[in-house]
Amino acid sequence: MTNEMMKVIEQQEQAIDYVEEAQEENGSQFLSFVVGDEEFSVSILKVQEIRAWENPTSLPNSPGYIKGVLNLRGTIVPVMDLRMRFRFKHFEYDATTVIILLKNNYNGKDCLMGCVVDGVSDVFSISESAIREVPDYGSAIDSRFTSGIMTVNNHAVTLLNLENLLNLDLIKHPYAGGNVSNG
Amino acid sequence: MDIDLSQFYQVFFEESFEGLDTMEHELLHLEEDSDRENINTIFRAAHSIKGGSATFNFKEVAEFTHVMETLLDEMREGKRPVEKETVDLLLRSVDCLRGMLNRIQDGEEVGDSHIDLVNYFNELLSNGSSSGSDSPATEVDDSSADSEGEITRWSIHFEPEAYILETGNEPVRMFRELKGYGELTAKANLDKVPDFDELKPESCFMSWDLELDGEVDEDAIKETFEWVEDDCKLEIKPLSSAGGKAKAAKVVSANADETTEENEEEEVQTSNVKNMVPVASEKPAAKAAQKPASTASIRVGIDKVDTLIDLVGELVITQSMLSEVGENFDISKLNLLLSGLGELEQKTRELQESVMRIRMLPIGFVFNRLPRMVRDLSTQLSKKVNLEIKGESTELDKTVMEQIGDPLTHLVRNALDHGIESVDRRIEAGKSETGTLILNAFHQGGNIVIEISDDGAGINPDIIYRKAVEKGLIPDGIEMPREQILSLIMEPGFSTAEVVSDVSGRGVGMDVVKRNINNLGGNVEISSELGKGTTFTIRLPLTLAILDGQLIKVGDETFVLPLVSIIESVPLSMAETSRIAGDMPVYKLHEDYIPIIDLQEEFEIRKNLGASNDGLLAIVEGENRKIALRIDELLGQQQVVIKSLESHYKSIQGVSGATILGDGRVSLILDIVGLSKRASDRTHKKLVA
Amino acid sequence: MTKILAVDDSASMRQMVSFTLKSAGFDVTEAADGVEALRAAKTNAFDVVISDVNMPNMDGLSLVRELRTLSNYRFVPILMLTTESSNDKKQAGRSAGATGWIVKPFNPDQLLSTVRKVIG
Repeated sequence: MTNEMMKVIEQQEQAIDYVEEAQEENGSQFLSFVVGDEEFSVSILKVQEIRAWENPTSLPNSPGYIKGVLNLRGTIVPVMDLRMRFRFKHFEYDATTVIILLKNNYNGKDCLMGCVVDGVSDVFSISESAIREVPDYGSAIDSRFTSGIMTVNNHAVTLLNLENLLNLDLIKHPYAGGNVSNG
Repeated sequence: MDIDLSQFYQVFFEESFEGLDTMEHELLHLEEDSDRENINTIFRAAHSIKGGSATFNFKEVAEFTHVMETLLDEMREGKRPVEKETVDLLLRSVDCLRGMLNRIQDGEEVGDSHIDLVNYFNELLSNGSSSGSDSPATEVDDSSADSEGEITRWSIHFEPEAYILETGNEPVRMFRELKGYGELTAKANLDKVPDFDELKPESCFMSWDLELDGEVDEDAIKETFEWVEDDCKLEIKPLSSAGGKAKAAKVVSANADETTEENEEEEVQTSNVKNMVPVASEKPAAKAAQKPASTASIRVGIDKVDTLIDLVGELVITQSMLSEVGENFDISKLNLLLSGLGELEQKTRELQESVMRIRMLPIGFVFNRLPRMVRDLSTQLSKKVNLEIKGESTELDKTVMEQIGDPLTHLVRNALDHGIESVDRRIEAGKSETGTLILNAFHQGGNIVIEISDDGAGINPDIIYRKAVEKGLIPDGIEMPREQILSLIMEPGFSTAEVVSDVSGRGVGMDVVKRNINNLGGNVEISSELGKGTTFTIRLPLTLAILDGQLIKVGDETFVLPLVSIIESVPLSMAETSRIAGDMPVYKLHEDYIPIIDLQEEFEIRKNLGASNDGLLAIVEGENRKIALRIDELLGQQQVVIKSLESHYKSIQGVSGATILGDGRVSLILDIVGLSKRASDRTHKKLVA
Repeated sequence: MTKILAVDDSASMRQMVSFTLKSAGFDVTEAADGVEALRAAKTNAFDVVISDVNMPNMDGLSLVRELRTLSNYRFVPILMLTTESSNDKKQAGRSAGATGWIVKPFNPDQLLSTVRKVIG
């Protein structure tokens, strides 16, 4: 096992410790992570686990940001690269690249999606009232994917709208089935 | 000998319930197809239950199955016609027996639910044609208390037929038995014994005159010769009796008198049956007191068990190999250790998969309970319905099956109640008066598909639309595709039945059906044509299903092809390919041209260098459509556990699911039907454009 | 040790017969129908055969007929287990070549005494 990998695992473990601590406090807890040069966050309740990057099995004809599927202890979980979804130009898969497994609800059932980010940064608490609206400044990121801005340690963190970001209907897959009639 | 019969109860219950299922199944087909073998099967099931229940002292069950058996025997002999009334009665009896056995199994009182039916049977039997039935009365005559016991000396003339030895009966054995009653003197008569050179050692040419000195009655002596009474001349005469009252000689030969006796017994059989349980008095309270432990069991095909045994055997070998390596380990054995561990991993995984396979059962288990319901319901609704069942051997996981039963039952009820029209309406519509309901199951890719189709009135989308607007389910004026409108009937609180019937209620339940199926990770589709009928298609993922797979390589990706779909594979260099209409590449297989799909192109897989003509064509077939897949390499074959892509993502046409390979990586399972559909859709588009 | 072949399609009856006989020290082989029984009979030398009458695949009477054509089984006692106490059923058994019968229902003691009777 390489040193880098050990580091990643330590980081993850720390992050998980934070999760446990954070849940004991009152208020809303968030996990923040780095994508490109920006920081984003999601509600900690939506985070299932964090894994080191591994190359998934590609799905045929999928959009570029769907990297493929992963074996998560026997279930097949799709992996989405947020850097590509947010149309960031430069990205690499290296020792700090991690996959955050996020829970979402699709058609009444619980689904998991692995999201590729450049690194996990922090777990923090913030009151709902401190979340501001996202200014419409013509970001490269689809405005449906964001739901607010918060300030953490004097810098801006974008809160993601997982409902839209992980909505399978918004993932354009030319050959995807899915039965609309049973939606 | 003291043998606790209760140890056999559980097996008896299991086989009896199985027998009742068989009876029900055969009874439902009896009216349309009443050949002797069907009735025989039903008879045999009733007969076994009767034999077992009598032996294990469940006398009410024995009594009940006896009258059933008598009726069935008449039907079997052609003395009684197969009529709806009789079949109904037998079906009700099956239900009744099920209830009785359930109560006995639970240690409860049997109750008297069966008495009316038994009386009805008796009434039917006494009115019926000549009753050639056998009586349940025990063979053992209770007349031993007769005054004949006073006779103390008997003369017995015994002259067996020459073939007696070939029935396994040995005269010496019978004499020994007689000796048990008193002093026996035997005189052998050798008159008929031929000369030595004509003597056949397997034949018996002797006869005997015996004198028995002992206090024994005639019946006991007769019983000794019971098995051979038709194969011998037998005369039993009393020589003296204590009272001096000599009884007239009685020649036991034919059995006419016995038959009359039995016919008399017939009329009082209900009371006689009570005598037929010989151990009745032994443990009167034991049955109620000890409730037999009941554990559910499943029947597993012997092949599946054999596979398990083989695997465990291999596992043991691997394990012993490993422990040998471990005993004096040094680094030179590292490779051995690694390969051993790899083997261990592989075997363990195979074992895991095979164990899962045990849980796979044919869907017939669920389908089989439907014919009965259809029969009862159609009678209740005064409709005529013919139920066709297909694909009942299609296997699915036990858990999935247990949960699909209710939704399926509901859909069938619904089809009978709202789908198929009344006889009058059908005739009016110019249809045959008997409606058809088809249940079909098959595997498609990683799914099991269950179809419920009726040829009834169909669903009118306009009415659904209006109702949905009325109920506020959809805004008025919204445009929706037909299928989507139809699926509105599965929204909560939606009902289309104009008359509320007690069969499927107020449409309550269709939403539950949908929810249950969704919970299993499946979906329901409705297609319907006004006046022609409706089809519900349930698609369920086989989350635990296992597939015999062929691993293939395309570019850098490994895929799994279902082994059953592969017809052959040809090296590309030897394949006869050409291009036809619209530049579509085709392969000539015998007389047919079949489309070639280049998987690398089709799936937009990164090209790896050097791949040109050194590939293969895998000729595959799905739903009678053949396609040729251009692939790079055939890898090994193995059983794979099918995982659904849809549990966290969506289905992709051409991919039926995924599996996890030995190295932990995910590999996609190809869906031939989906792939060929993709190809034909594209060709179609090309042609249109 | 006396070898007995017990044939019955009902598992509970078969187990009861087999258990009873084994408890009495006999060596018992079980078969669920005539076909299975015949196969077993051809590869073993049984001293007694006990068979049910009504069975699928091959019934008890056919089994007896088949067994009697085998030279090893010409004189072997064959007992039919039967609930049919009527005479035509016995007659059928007799003409097929059966030695005798045990009428169901029977208890373990009755079974044993009948078996002991034929093995002498």
